[in-house]
Amino acid sequence: MNILGKIGLLIIAGFFIVAIFAPLIAPYDPVTQKQQPGNLPIEERLKPTLSHPFGLDDLGRDVLSRVIYGARISMQVGVMVVMISALIGIAIGSISGYYGGWVDRFFSGFLFNVFMAFPSILLAIAMVAFLGPSIRNLIIALSVIGWVGYARLMRGQVLKVREYDFVTAARAIGAGDLRILARHILPNAIQPLIVQASLGMAGAVLSEASLSFLGLGVQPPTPSWGVMLNDARSFLSVAPHLLIFPGLTVMLTVMAFNFVGDSLREMLDPKLKR
Amino acid sequence: MRTFLINLGKRLLLVLPVVWAVVTLVFLLIHIVPGDPVRNALGDNATEAQVMELKHRLGLDLPLSSQYINYWRGVLKGDLGVSLLNPSDRVAEKILSRYPATIELALAGLFVAILISVPLGVTAGTNQGKLIDNVASVIALLGISTPGFVLGPLMILLFAIKLDLLPVSGRYGPEYLILPAVTMGAALASILTRMVRSSVIEELNEDYVRTARAKGLSERQVIYKHVLKNGLIPVVTIIGLQFGVLLAGAIITEIIFSWPGIGRLTIDSINARDFPMVQGCILMIAITYIFANLITDFAYRLLDPRIRVE
Repeated sequence: MNILGKIGLLIIAGFFIVAIFAPLIAPYDPVTQKQQPGNLPIEERLKPTLSHPFGLDDLGRDVLSRVIYGARISMQVGVMVVMISALIGIAIGSISGYYGGWVDRFFSGFLFNVFMAFPSILLAIAMVAFLGPSIRNLIIALSVIGWVGYARLMRGQVLKVREYDFVTAARAIGAGDLRILARHILPNAIQPLIVQASLGMAGAVLSEASLSFLGLGVQPPTPSWGVMLNDARSFLSVAPHLLIFPGLTVMLTVMAFNFVGDSLREMLDPKLKR
Repeated sequence: MRTFLINLGKRLLLVLPVVWAVVTLVFLLIHIVPGDPVRNALGDNATEAQVMELKHRLGLDLPLSSQYINYWRGVLKGDLGVSLLNPSDRVAEKILSRYPATIELALAGLFVAILISVPLGVTAGTNQGKLIDNVASVIALLGISTPGFVLGPLMILLFAIKLDLLPVSGRYGPEYLILPAVTMGAALASILTRMVRSSVIEELNEDYVRTARAKGLSERQVIYKHVLKNGLIPVVTIIGLQFGVLLAGAIITEIIFSWPGIGRLTIDSINARDFPMVQGCILMIAITYIFANLITDFAYRLLDPRIRVE
């Protein structure tokens, strides 16, 4: 793995630790509002200070603590979405590639195309809009759009691997379809799936933030980076720190997952090593 | 030409089931609303009679199968129903009035992306491993990792508030298009820069490049006359695929910059629980995307004679 990939892994590990231990790390409660003297101008009241290094938001809540708790939401949504969509995708992709015929024509010729006919987060926006905004619905919506990537990848891998001699050999000694898929084909397809999962985490974190930014994801007062960034827009000129700190955090997270995804892909695909 | 037309017909036939499924999915959306969408929209103060009246007017009191047939009938006639909030507002008309603003924004974003990525990608690809190549990689990486809802407000802060060079939001003249277009185009520019770079590197290893150099063409001619022509073909496909990402990105960009397009209409309608309007917007964006992909596919075939032969 290249140096950027290692840096990415370190950053991701850091975010997971922060997410898991948020109550221990955060200096303040993320929703408690601090009473402030009313006679100070808003710039003075909210700006970063030693006791509030990322400043306060318009309601007097500590931005650093909210960013830390926001990591929880991001990582939770990211992990859930990647797990659910990978499971669905692997199952459908395997069935499609392994059985071929009309099954494959239905899945890869039709269903994949339908789901890819909606530009990225549009379907998620649509689903959350009609189901109602909540973290659960957000996870459902992002999984519904996420599985196709895994399914296409898995199908391609299965098509390649099922022709190998060891699969024929396994079949010859009487192994069933499920055993062949799970024991012989899946392990051979796992590497590109890991790359997809890593890039999928970046996508899920980004989509969660986008939908929350639009008011369609996490609902206030729960701290989410997207919600914080949306709130920040009303105070751009007086409190730019409300934009900058959550913004940098989102960038850093997405970048870290992209680093890892890219460097894994490079490791696995010798053609990219130039 | 004949094979081209046959291919065109084949592709159109393949698109039909997808269009059918998209329309069906969009039709079903209103039925996944927990509770009663009409009561939701009218609020708690509405009487039962008012709810029933509006339901009847919208055809939502019919059996599902008749609703489905009616929906299709409407779609084929270009009639997407009426707004729940203001039944005198026709969904299709409202969407069409907002549509040009979104297309303008998406094309401007695409233009920004190409304007940045082609020179940057070519420079990086022809100077592989050198400082300029690494700088381009870092720029591309930053661009990919910076979502529109961070970049947009950052640029408003810098160029509109601090430097006072450009307007904050709205759509009242060409200068209003600049910040939204850059916000939309930045991520695509980064993806394209990487594509152009690796494409150029790949083409530079081809035999015809050696031939072109051997017959004494300058490096500039080799790159602009030979390498770019072939190297940009895969880039065209990516542009088509990414056009959908652009359209989806338009939703966020339009919210940030108060751009009066279909994206803002979508979000405003979602907030107002105006479900028929939301359905119409989603359908329109999805159909636009399908046709953008179709057009790209053909542009690709026309550009690359190797595919045309088959």
